[in-house]
Amino acid sequence: MKTRIGFFDFTGCEGCQLTVMNLEDDLLQVLQLVEVVEFRELMSEEVSALDIAFIEGSITRRQDRERLQAIRARSKTLVALGACADNGGINLLASDQDVAALRRQVYASDAKHLQTETPLPLHKVVKVDYRIPGCPIDGREFLAVLQALLLEREPDLPSFAVCVECKLAEYPCSFDYGEICLGPVTRAGCRAICIAGGDRCRGCRGLVDNPRTSPYHRVLEEQGLNLQDILEQYRIFNIGEE
Amino acid sequence: MSRKITLNHLTRIEGHAHLVIDKKAGKIESCRLEVIESPRFFEALLKGRHFSDIAPIVARVCGVCSISHSMASLMATENALGIEVDPRAQVLRRLLSQGEILQSHLLQLYFMAVPDYLGIPSIFQLLNRRGDLFGRALRLKRTANRICELIGGRAVHPVTTTIGGFSALPETSELKQLRQDLVGTLPDLEATVELFAGFDFPEFSRPAEQVCLDHSGQYPLHAKRVISSCGIDQSVAQFKASIDEYIVPHSTAKMARTARGHYCVGALARVKNSHRRLSPMAQKVSKALQMDPATDNPFHGLKARLIEVVHYVEEAIHAIDDLLLHSFSRARATAMPKGGGQGVAAVEAPRGLLFHAYSYDQNGLLETADCIIPTAQNLASIEADIESLLPDLLDLPDEQLKQRVETLIRAYDPCLSCSTHQLRITIK
Repeated sequence: MKTRIGFFDFTGCEGCQLTVMNLEDDLLQVLQLVEVVEFRELMSEEVSALDIAFIEGSITRRQDRERLQAIRARSKTLVALGACADNGGINLLASDQDVAALRRQVYASDAKHLQTETPLPLHKVVKVDYRIPGCPIDGREFLAVLQALLLEREPDLPSFAVCVECKLAEYPCSFDYGEICLGPVTRAGCRAICIAGGDRCRGCRGLVDNPRTSPYHRVLEEQGLNLQDILEQYRIFNIGEE
Repeated sequence: MSRKITLNHLTRIEGHAHLVIDKKAGKIESCRLEVIESPRFFEALLKGRHFSDIAPIVARVCGVCSISHSMASLMATENALGIEVDPRAQVLRRLLSQGEILQSHLLQLYFMAVPDYLGIPSIFQLLNRRGDLFGRALRLKRTANRICELIGGRAVHPVTTTIGGFSALPETSELKQLRQDLVGTLPDLEATVELFAGFDFPEFSRPAEQVCLDHSGQYPLHAKRVISSCGIDQSVAQFKASIDEYIVPHSTAKMARTARGHYCVGALARVKNSHRRLSPMAQKVSKALQMDPATDNPFHGLKARLIEVVHYVEEAIHAIDDLLLHSFSRARATAMPKGGGQGVAAVEAPRGLLFHAYSYDQNGLLETADCIIPTAQNLASIEADIESLLPDLLDLPDEQLKQRVETLIRAYDPCLSCSTHQLRITIK
């Protein structure tokens, strides 16, 4: 019997599920191996048991916590899909502000149905088995994690920094353009796509393991950046990790 | 007799909503589209940030329309700070926007709408039975994605778009290949038109004011004026100032109206208001689909989307020709401005008019942000349509009723991720 997988989303932009749909030809091959049994954006069906649940978005309300717990209860393996699910991502940008004040600012109302809590990554609510970082995720990395799970291997993420992928691709260093780039301390796996696009690394994939042991973290110090400068940049996608 | 049907988490739409219908003594008392997407307070979390960080953050409002949000955001910032954009960069921006509309329309037409008209729960059912159709959907979508990847650096959340233009440009050889790919979609587009021409669109009509951008002589995409089927012709800033955004007790998405009442935006509005500006191929497709530009049938939103797919493919080919003829090497602003200001901009996103308006202080830090999303402008019309459609459906069994109402909602292609984000239908 084919492995039964499902896709779910909470508070987020659905860009990670879209990245999965954008796999096209690879997706066709994947569909030979797995059965997509739930995907609200594309399907009307619902099922009682899943082998793997891929979940996008953060948790911001009591009813979301309950829905997530129910998905956990009927799924053998649960994978956090993308930054919002993995560490809260961009949803946490205003987490230092009072939620009620934010609500009044945007909606000018305190109505009950607009009530939310500070966004939580999935692991604060349920046990998360594996994670796919990034905003959005990298489609190839999704395939690699799925492949590992289908082969019953432990999926692993790159343990080196984006700088490694950037240097391998021979892109010019962002610092040479006078930009602050988080490539030295951010986990690789994106193929340095933002630097390829002439932008800088904004750290959406989170910190590499033990960033101080990576030879690249010194790049930041050599550029005269202090912890505060780096954190300021790093916070756009990673407040949840602090 | 009162009746209550609950349709939880509407499917095959972008985002989360429920629909609640109250019925008493054979009459519809009320009909509410409950957007239950959790509020994310984007406008508030942009405050105090430097103008160069605004577009990459605000793109994350929505994965499907991340390019439109980036474009509207960059243009609003550029208007606020007085930054000029190279005309070639503007062509490249239009090409990128065309790519996103193609991506979004093709996903909606094949993956969300087609199952309604073939009577199946999802396109995955066709994987073995109609491999040709599934393959065609993926091929078309791949070419649309290719535009966004090549020009924007990534299909979701672009990385090359920046204040003043682009931080990386495509190679000539890549543009030539993309042009070939676009021309290569024509047989698949023909087959798609044939498929949709065979669908039985429900009879239904409800007049509504249709609003879109106007770009002198061209089909609208990025422009500075707003027109409507009721004769409005205003600057983007004027029209935006006339929009009243309000909240309703049942929805986390804001709703929008003008003093004249509710209005519609999106593919149908564009095709209706700018039918004569469609490309020659799109005009033919319009005939083949028996599209009446005067239609008041929201179900024809699907036809409008397919007509636009053909139109934007043709326009994208012309945009590439333009780029190949006028080579340019760098398309980003070299000098960043000093000082603040206020600016507003609008683009035609896949689902219609999208406004961003910002004000910046003297240090280029954001003071206020306001985003008006296409679906917020359509929500009231969707409710009004359902209310007007329901009396004919009330004798149907729940499953059929749900299916008909969902088909109508999907004809609008609502994007609730944007308007805050899922659908449950309850009939009381």
